[in-house]
Amino acid sequence: MRSFSKIFVAACCLATLAPIAWHVVSSLKTPAELAVIPPTLVPHDPTGANYRQLFERRPFFRYYLNSIIISTMSAITCVGAASLAAFMLARIRSRFRSVARSVLLAMAFFPPIVFLLPLYEFVRAAGLVNHPWGLILPYSALNLPFAIWLLTGSFEQIPFELEEAAAIDGLTRFQAYRMIVLPLAAPALITAGILVFIFAWNEFMLALTFINIESQKTVTLGVATLSGAFMYDIPWGQIAAGVIASSVPLILLVVFFQRKIVAGLTAGAVK
Amino acid sequence: MKRKSAALWFLPALVLLSIVVLYPVIRTLALSFFHDSLATGFRAEFAGLANFRRLVFDSRFHSSLLTTTFFTVVSVAVEFLFGLLLALSVDALHGWRSLVRTIFLVPWTLPTAIIAVLWSWIFNDQYGVLNAVLMRMGLVESPVTWLAAPSTAMFAIIAADVWKSFPFVFIILLAGLQNIPQDLYEAIQIDGGGRWASFRYVTWPHLLPFVFVALIFRLVQAFAVFDLVWVMTGGGPGGATETVSIYTYQTYMRYLDLGYGSAMAVTPVAILALLGIALYRLVQMKYEELF
Repeated sequence: MRSFSKIFVAACCLATLAPIAWHVVSSLKTPAELAVIPPTLVPHDPTGANYRQLFERRPFFRYYLNSIIISTMSAITCVGAASLAAFMLARIRSRFRSVARSVLLAMAFFPPIVFLLPLYEFVRAAGLVNHPWGLILPYSALNLPFAIWLLTGSFEQIPFELEEAAAIDGLTRFQAYRMIVLPLAAPALITAGILVFIFAWNEFMLALTFINIESQKTVTLGVATLSGAFMYDIPWGQIAAGVIASSVPLILLVVFFQRKIVAGLTAGAVK
Repeated sequence: MKRKSAALWFLPALVLLSIVVLYPVIRTLALSFFHDSLATGFRAEFAGLANFRRLVFDSRFHSSLLTTTFFTVVSVAVEFLFGLLLALSVDALHGWRSLVRTIFLVPWTLPTAIIAVLWSWIFNDQYGVLNAVLMRMGLVESPVTWLAAPSTAMFAIIAADVWKSFPFVFIILLAGLQNIPQDLYEAIQIDGGGRWASFRYVTWPHLLPFVFVALIFRLVQAFAVFDLVWVMTGGGPGGATETVSIYTYQTYMRYLDLGYGSAMAVTPVAILALLGIALYRLVQMKYEELF
């Protein structure tokens, strides 16, 4: 039984890592070697040309910058709004709280296609087509239910007595929130921020619809639409390089924040 | 005064949710009762239930609904099976947990659209590594056109989805397993229970809430599948992989039929909500019987 476990885990790890490793290998091959059948396992003549071309022939640096700006601003906006709402939600003892939480949960279950058209109309009317805020606003809002849900759970664990003491010392409620509750809840805030960042980095459908010029594309949209650039001459080397280059920030996040990401994902399930 | 200041705390979240979630849901629902398309010059004309009547007789919609259901059921079933087996396996290992979890978080964290690109290259019929491996092993004689043949394209999309999403099931279920008090296992061993008995009477009942959470989230996400299909096949070949989200997107953006597209967007939600409520009641009743 134990040895079956080990073999199964090892096989799953291999199946998980092999496709990524294959793209690392592919991204280092020359176009000629990419067209060799059957494919070579190790590049004969490893080259960084595919990566260089991403940055030289395509606005890959812009894609990257756009993604970083959009994901960071989404995380800040979402967690900011969520923490205010969650703070109050955690302090209210009434039916309103459970109703609010149910409504939030229900919101998370809507397929994004339901929001698409009115959202597009709004973004167009607000002049935010091809503008970072045209994506930041939807990304912040779409992740709010999850973030509020997560933060309410964390704020509930901070003893109310701390705020009462603060009130006696003459702090307003907002000061207590800012100077006492927020620092104590920092781990949960960071967890929520990381997850919103990841969701924003990954989103595709809205980016596809609201962005139609190269210089405003996110890196996810940019790489996913590289393949459609030419019908017959698909630049597989660049695409493989794009897959790896666009994944690096996320892989780093996973490596450094594995514990926090798992905590965020499971927080809802445990409660 | 208290009430007013409390409302202020909710204001930012409320504004965001109103613009991005609440208003769009209401507007989509309302539009589904109107003709609003290129043909009407994008003026909304009241249509009653005409859009829904059209859906009932739209064979393309039926087939997209069927495709989506097939994708959802098969993907989630396989993900659940792998996720559960992996969670049980990792739970049985001592150590390595942190490394293993990091590895499996990677595909879950990567953008779905990028994963679609990644698997397109692996499933590529000419230069793809999968065909090379299968031919080397002698399993196929000539390259399979995975994404260009109706019978295999859906299989390829499901494979990509399983690769991305079974780690999610795994992480939720592993958290559930680690929540089970160890002394329960000791108790059942003292009572002479074997491995199956401990799974049946300790592990499974404690895991059930986590199973529900993982399944519900996966089912909802899988039913809305868009990115994978859009990038890997675009709904092709010949509409063989067209899901409801893809058909709706095309109706909106390509055929510019906003009223009909809205009806197409809300109908599956209504069906799923009813199914969900029915299922919830069923589970509730079963629990009442048990306790």
